[in-house]
Amino acid sequence: MSTLMVILEAALGTLGAALGAGITVVGASIGIGRIGSTAMEAIARQPEAAGDIRSNMIVAAALIEGAAFFAIVVCLLILFMAPAAG
Amino acid sequence: MNRKLISYLLGALLFLLLFAARPVQQDHPQDHTSTTPDSELNSTENLTESPDAHDAHVNAEEGFSPSNFIFDHILDSYDWHILSYKDFHLSIPLPVILYSETKGLNVFMFNKFHHGHSDYRGFRYETHGENRHKIMEIMEDGSTVLPKLDLSFTKNVLAILISIILLLLVFLSVAKAYTRRPNQAPTGLQNLMEPIILFIRDDIAKPSIGEHKYRKFMPYLLTIFFFIWFNNMLGLIPIFPGGANVTGSITVTMVLALFTFGVTTLNGNRNYWQHIFNMPGVPWWIKVPIPLMPVIEIIGMLTKPFVLMVRLFANITAGHIIVLGFFSLIFIFGQMSPGLGYGVSVLSLAFTIFMSMLELLVALIQAYVFTLLSAIYLGMATEEHH
Repeated sequence: MSTLMVILEAALGTLGAALGAGITVVGASIGIGRIGSTAMEAIARQPEAAGDIRSNMIVAAALIEGAAFFAIVVCLLILFMAPAAG
Repeated sequence: MNRKLISYLLGALLFLLLFAARPVQQDHPQDHTSTTPDSELNSTENLTESPDAHDAHVNAEEGFSPSNFIFDHILDSYDWHILSYKDFHLSIPLPVILYSETKGLNVFMFNKFHHGHSDYRGFRYETHGENRHKIMEIMEDGSTVLPKLDLSFTKNVLAILISIILLLLVFLSVAKAYTRRPNQAPTGLQNLMEPIILFIRDDIAKPSIGEHKYRKFMPYLLTIFFFIWFNNMLGLIPIFPGGANVTGSITVTMVLALFTFGVTTLNGNRNYWQHIFNMPGVPWWIKVPIPLMPVIEIIGMLTKPFVLMVRLFANITAGHIIVLGFFSLIFIFGQMSPGLGYGVSVLSLAFTIFMSMLELLVALIQAYVFTLLSAIYLGMATEEHH
């Protein structure tokens, strides 16, 4: 049991960082997927507004990606700066 | 002098800078040798030193380390590494400018350190350990500390200067064309710049800031947009003068975000400050005695530039890491067997080309989003009471 604890302690930081990055990607993909789907529907309803819809969609996707990158930066900090984690 | 002559001269200057590159040859590893400190404090050595021999960057025994490979290309460095072929390395050394309390101001070229194998004037360049890639000062008792001020002319600084020269070349010539030939159809470079500038004016500045006030902020928005875009694009070129990760350095993006913060704060009108400290329309008891609302508003005011900084930094750095990761795959597989390395290289190259196309798009989108959000914040800072 104690070896398990030692191993777990050593790798917990890395595990946390990896899981965090994975869950963040799920959240960002759900958000951007929703933006994409509603943008497609809006373009289907009114094809002449396609240009406006496209630029707004790209802006919203970039903002969501910004939030996702926050989580990436936190995970990278854990991996490379935390004193005990590897 | 006309524009063509200037651009040829600058191109020649950049080409000549390539000759400042010093080849470094492989040799057996040497112990750390400390040179006697010079009595002169302020001498810049000339560039006609003979190449000195020391270890190769990548030890043949250690093998290929993907994280070293990736971080060497992402991080700033004291010299500009151009190419390596087997044991031959070519890199441009850059000036190191240090100020320490005990040793004063020291300016010298980076190749004095021989990539960490010799100390110079009481300073040492660390290549291993926790202070990797940093210049440390050697105190009397032998311990190493960081010098008080490190203002070295690093790779990012040179890359910023190169992109500034490119920006000036493009925009000064476009401006001169507009003054020399007013009210005529655009020619040459104007054809490329005019739609983009009009796009920034009509789709970013006017809707966000308003018809009456946008002109004051157009120079700032245009500068930010083209500076970020050109630096993003130059970072994608693999060879000198491109290839330095300028906007992927968090200090550069922090300065850009601070510029936006400064411009919005300096141009905030009465409404802006009233909304922060005395938000109209909310109950009095969250403003006095415990100023909950002002604290929330101030935190919001500070997170906006912070988010701008992290968004640009993370997007560009993540793109570079992905491309470098695909390239490292080739070397990792190549270490197992050369045939496997060649096989993977086809696939890796295809993925890298695809990711680089995506990175071109991201370069433009990130510049656009940074400018758009700066314009929105400026609009919020200067809007009138409605």
